[in-house]
Amino acid sequence: MAPPEKRIRKPRENQEKYERPSQNNVKEYKKSRDKKLKANLKRMDRQYAQTVSDAAATDYLLPESSGYMETEEEMEKTFRVKQHEIVKDVDISTANKALDLKLNEFGPYYINYSRTGTHLLMSGRKGHVASMDWRKGELRAELNLNETCHAATYLQNEQFFAVAQKRYTFIYDHEGVELHRLKRHVDVRHLEYLPYHFLLATAGETGWLKYQDVSTGALVTETRTKLGPTTAMTQNPWNAVMHLGHSNGTVTLWSPSMPDPLARILSARGPINSIAIDRSGYYMATTGKDKSLKIWDIRNFQELHSIENLPTPGTNVSISDTGVLAVARGPHLTLWKDALKRGKAAKPCFGSMGGNPNRNTPYMTHLFAGNKINNMTFVPFEDLLGVGHEGGMTNLIIPGAGEANYDALEINPYETAKQRQEQEVRSLLDKLPANTITLDPNTLGAVDKTASNTRLSAKDLANVTIGTEKIKKENMDIPSVKVDVKGKNSGLRSFLRKKTQNVVDERKVRVQKQLEKEKALRLRKTKIHNNELSEDHKDLVDEALGRFS
Amino acid sequence: MKIKTIKRSSDDYVPVKSTQESQLPRNLNPELHPFERAREYTKALNATKLERMFAQPFVGQFGHGHRDGVYMIAKNYNNLNKLATASGDGIVKYWNMSTRQEYVSFKAHYGLVTGLCVTPETLGKNKNENFMLSCGDDKTIKLWSVNNDDFSNVKSDDEINTHGLIKTFDGEHAFQGLDHHRSKPTFVTGGAQIQLWTSERTKPLSNLSWGADNVTTVKFNQNETDILASTGSDNSIVLYDLRTNSPTQKIVQKMRTNAICWNPMEAFNFVVANEDHNAYYYDMRNMSSALNVFKDHVAAVMDVDFSPTGDEIVTGSYDKTIRIYKTNQGHSREIYHTKRMQHVFQVKYSMDSKYIMSGSDDGNVRMWRSKAWERSNVKSTRERNKLEYDEKLKERFRHMPEIRRISKHRHVPIVIKKAQEIKNIELSSIRRREMNERRTVKDKPFVAQRKQQIVGTVFKYDEKKRREQHDNEDDQDSN
Repeated sequence: MAPPEKRIRKPRENQEKYERPSQNNVKEYKKSRDKKLKANLKRMDRQYAQTVSDAAATDYLLPESSGYMETEEEMEKTFRVKQHEIVKDVDISTANKALDLKLNEFGPYYINYSRTGTHLLMSGRKGHVASMDWRKGELRAELNLNETCHAATYLQNEQFFAVAQKRYTFIYDHEGVELHRLKRHVDVRHLEYLPYHFLLATAGETGWLKYQDVSTGALVTETRTKLGPTTAMTQNPWNAVMHLGHSNGTVTLWSPSMPDPLARILSARGPINSIAIDRSGYYMATTGKDKSLKIWDIRNFQELHSIENLPTPGTNVSISDTGVLAVARGPHLTLWKDALKRGKAAKPCFGSMGGNPNRNTPYMTHLFAGNKINNMTFVPFEDLLGVGHEGGMTNLIIPGAGEANYDALEINPYETAKQRQEQEVRSLLDKLPANTITLDPNTLGAVDKTASNTRLSAKDLANVTIGTEKIKKENMDIPSVKVDVKGKNSGLRSFLRKKTQNVVDERKVRVQKQLEKEKALRLRKTKIHNNELSEDHKDLVDEALGRFS
Repeated sequence: MKIKTIKRSSDDYVPVKSTQESQLPRNLNPELHPFERAREYTKALNATKLERMFAQPFVGQFGHGHRDGVYMIAKNYNNLNKLATASGDGIVKYWNMSTRQEYVSFKAHYGLVTGLCVTPETLGKNKNENFMLSCGDDKTIKLWSVNNDDFSNVKSDDEINTHGLIKTFDGEHAFQGLDHHRSKPTFVTGGAQIQLWTSERTKPLSNLSWGADNVTTVKFNQNETDILASTGSDNSIVLYDLRTNSPTQKIVQKMRTNAICWNPMEAFNFVVANEDHNAYYYDMRNMSSALNVFKDHVAAVMDVDFSPTGDEIVTGSYDKTIRIYKTNQGHSREIYHTKRMQHVFQVKYSMDSKYIMSGSDDGNVRMWRSKAWERSNVKSTRERNKLEYDEKLKERFRHMPEIRRISKHRHVPIVIKKAQEIKNIELSSIRRREMNERRTVKDKPFVAQRKQQIVGTVFKYDEKKRREQHDNEDDQDSN
């Protein structure tokens, strides 16, 4: 006997989280006369509704609950709580995670956590690089590179990491053995690793954005941003689009398959200092040198909140898995909850302005006195914020910042070596091609509804091709005019023109001399051509005087 | 101040003993699973590639085959691994399908064996008794015993013939086609006339002929057991009902029908293999048009058989290929061929729908997988889950160009490829000609593809007038 058909009566309360953007327009297909198609679509819709409902039902089975910090009295404020108070309050295992490494010699430090959150990569500006299992306190690799290091990132797992050094970018293995020198990645200041595409994206002083496939070793694309040195970079974890910040205040969105940015957003009046994107790919936060902090909804590129007058320019910004916004200004660190919501009440503010309840006051604050924050990143699946600063690195406890329940088949913080190896193979099999990176990751396999309108019909196409052929045939008797390809302008000339007229420096003199030389050569050539000179003619006087020039 | 942080004790997640399975908690929140669609697509693509890598349709041939072409194959409906085959030199063999070795071989007839069937087990005295019926050009029908015990200590061929033969029925004409009733001890033969026999008597019970032409195949319905279909050399398909002992419907097609097979799940539907390169799917309740037309062969379709699941058919053709169709699609999903296989005269599904047996002119009986990439070994749960997941993914992304291209691609012999091209040109020229005629002839009727092969039916069906019905409904609504 066939099982009775499950009927979905009403949607569950928590179902919204599990919904996917809808593909089928119910009204559209109900109009269709194709019975088979209609039945198929109907079945798919029913299956989808069932899946979402079932997924929502598993919410009760999640083993962990996320953290929080709540006030009990009206006068209490969460942002007044100091780290040492929290450490006293929480259980011993969490307190142990509040790591504080004092490394005064080689700072400031840039830190990066592996995707599982088990390993910590630190790179000091003065060349000290260390990879460690920070929960166990085991050092995996320690390097003294004697070279400036700007950024470092783990690749697919903690077995490999890339470091942006003074000139080139290098890849090291878990023991710190240099594996590759990426010669094409010059003067890199920012590194991002796209885990599902196995791409290492780099940007820096050169203004080029380069993608290197770390599984095949191929340089996938290199794109010129044409906007000068890149001041900030981050990836959108939802669609793998790279967001670059520039010194003119724009944020540009890049995909490796497009030579031009997918979008440009003017987000500050000065250089962009830092960009952060939440994991759902909905919101972007930027800070600029003009003391501004802006939060954008990047689904429709609308500004949610804009704060124009921070006390000092925000140097770093970061968003946690649960949507906690962290902004660093030199030694100061401020965190807001609910800052990614629409509406005036959600706009991040520094004070409550005399107890106004409808203001989003900071959730937490911290001060690194006499220090400066270099970079910060939330630890995956933990209530921690890792901060790299001039005196080493610190893990701050931020209750409610981390995702409590991980999915072991996706990223497993407790994976064994065997599981890690299997996961690596599996993710390599499922590696996504670089050219599938688009703003909407769900376009793959969807029907492009506008295509038939924009595409030329066969008739139009024929007309176009026949038309051009016709013109060609008609104008056969007219000789085509050859364009004089060689311009009068040489590079030297344009250099001279650009150079301010009244400044005479050593280089200008050299250029002028070179120009004169070229001119003389040209004259000689024409003279030979007009038989005024023989080919082997040598002006003895010129030669004699030439040694003084 | 209430403070709580994530407390994840590693004791809960890390296995303590080496024998313990590690905890794999799940969180189905889509935000933790980015690129869901793209990753599934990649998996589907990989699965499709793997499917093509594992596609090895040919399992093997049965023993050393026959000396002459195999023109008859009969399956044992009650036994998974037994099969009977007969060849042009009058030899009938009974096979063990799991070892692909023969149990027994009879010199059954002088000349061609034209009909063969294994009788249902329920007819014998004890459960395991097997009988086989064969008929031939030599005007005889022979009933054989194929019990294993009878032949275990028989050495020479002559002895076997005397041991195995139970009964001989003598007819008045050469027989063509033979089929046994599912439960009653009656069977039917074709030939100059269509006759009903019972195993107790030596003379036929009755003659069912309608018209004077030669009957080439007869086939009992296995569910509606008293329904019988036959095809004649006058290009006809005739349906009979044994309860009234009379024919019920006859249609004539443009070309001859070579074989018939009833749908085992939908008793009223059957498929016929036609000489015009197509197979047609009919509903016996209304045969004014076919339910579906199965195209793709480039020569006459010689045999057709239904999968026991009722959703796929296999056809064997004179173009030396075997094709598999889904009943709701018009083109084949699979083509099987080997260099040595000649004109295919017989194809049969095994009773578990996993294998296909084919008999061809070259005398070999071949065994194929019905799903070329599937293996029937015992699988672990993980393996099975993976395969099921892959099947679903392939189905979901089957329209994507890359996946479609890979899964559709088949290597086809150059002869067939060329023949397809020529056939396409011919068909398109016919179509063009018809279009041109339509320009000048005013009321030239359109004939649906599914009706084109039908010349006529004896009993007419009422044409449904849909438009009027709709109008009536509308009227009722308004009333």
